[in-house]
Amino acid sequence: MTTEAEAPPTWHGVMRQAFKDHGVRLVPYVPDNVLRPLLEGIHADPFFTTFPCAREEEAIGIATGAIMAGTRAAVLMQTSGFATLPNVLASLPVAFQVPVVMVVSERGTMGEFNPGQAIVCRTMRPILDSMGIEHHTMSRLDEAAFVADRTIRQAFATRWPACLILSPLLTGKRS
Amino acid sequence: MTDTIGNLHVMNRAALTKRLVAGLHNREAVVGGIGNSNWDLWGAGHRPENFYMLGSMGLAVPIAMGVALAQPARRVFALEGDGSLLMQLGCLSTVAAQGVKNLVVILWDNGIYQITGGQGTPSAAARTDLVAIARASGIANAAWAADEAEFDALVARALTTDGPHVIGVKTDSEPGRTQTDRDPIRFRESFMRAMAEAV
Repeated sequence: MTTEAEAPPTWHGVMRQAFKDHGVRLVPYVPDNVLRPLLEGIHADPFFTTFPCAREEEAIGIATGAIMAGTRAAVLMQTSGFATLPNVLASLPVAFQVPVVMVVSERGTMGEFNPGQAIVCRTMRPILDSMGIEHHTMSRLDEAAFVADRTIRQAFATRWPACLILSPLLTGKRS
Repeated sequence: MTDTIGNLHVMNRAALTKRLVAGLHNREAVVGGIGNSNWDLWGAGHRPENFYMLGSMGLAVPIAMGVALAQPARRVFALEGDGSLLMQLGCLSTVAAQGVKNLVVILWDNGIYQITGGQGTPSAAARTDLVAIARASGIANAAWAADEAEFDALVARALTTDGPHVIGVKTDSEPGRTQTDRDPIRFRESFMRAMAEAV
């Protein structure tokens, strides 16, 4: 018989625990189907304050304000939502050096059916690289806890935004 | 309180910013939106509880909302222009949905994109009532200030009653008289230190 404590780890369980380990309590997001189990887990956990925003830019603003006022925050979104962000990332968390942690469910690769999504996806890493925002693509469950923990740790230690990209190899939802 | 935009007295943003800041006595946070909103905030005299945006047009309200959520005991003001709010109208629903009680949005509505040369905004051309949009978004405490005295009264109400509050002000086209220092790290540091002080 399997108890809850012995249940196999999941990527969303790992992410939620990484947030808790680093005191990330505020999670504004724009929803995505791949993120659903993570969103549901965070909504169900009283440790977190979490809610949907109308745009990803807004969520970045909320997270930046909260972090400056003492509450750590992370923003959840999909690839196409990330692509709306270069101006606000450059002029707000990067310019002011506020460690907003972004978690992006990667769409547009590994069998994407929508050409628009496939093209948008190719813009994501160059945008992050151009601003010197460290990003790691999470593709393996056995590495997920380490990558999430260390990325969030470094973001707050160095006061710089960071981005975790959830590959379909990890989340397995898109085909 | 005034619900329509028909007979509103046109006021001066710099003068009202000074009036607002002079009435803050409890380390209230003030987030100045892009351009003249934060230049006039700077012109009213720097206080460490001020945050001056550099870019990110439209994000004064979301930034202030984040501060307000992190610090429910502190009043937090966002000073935002009409063109900026137009870029991020959805944030009004987000603010309303979360019922951010300690958040006050001051909307400076001059009907123009002043910094880029005074071009008219679509909302001015369409006679869009931005305060009515705030109310329709679910922010019940949203009103135009008819004149300086009513502005003072609305601010006093926002300081003493649960929000979120939106205070709309029709302003003239006088440009900002000063420009904020562009030193984001210094301002982030001083703002964070100020936010770490108890209210």
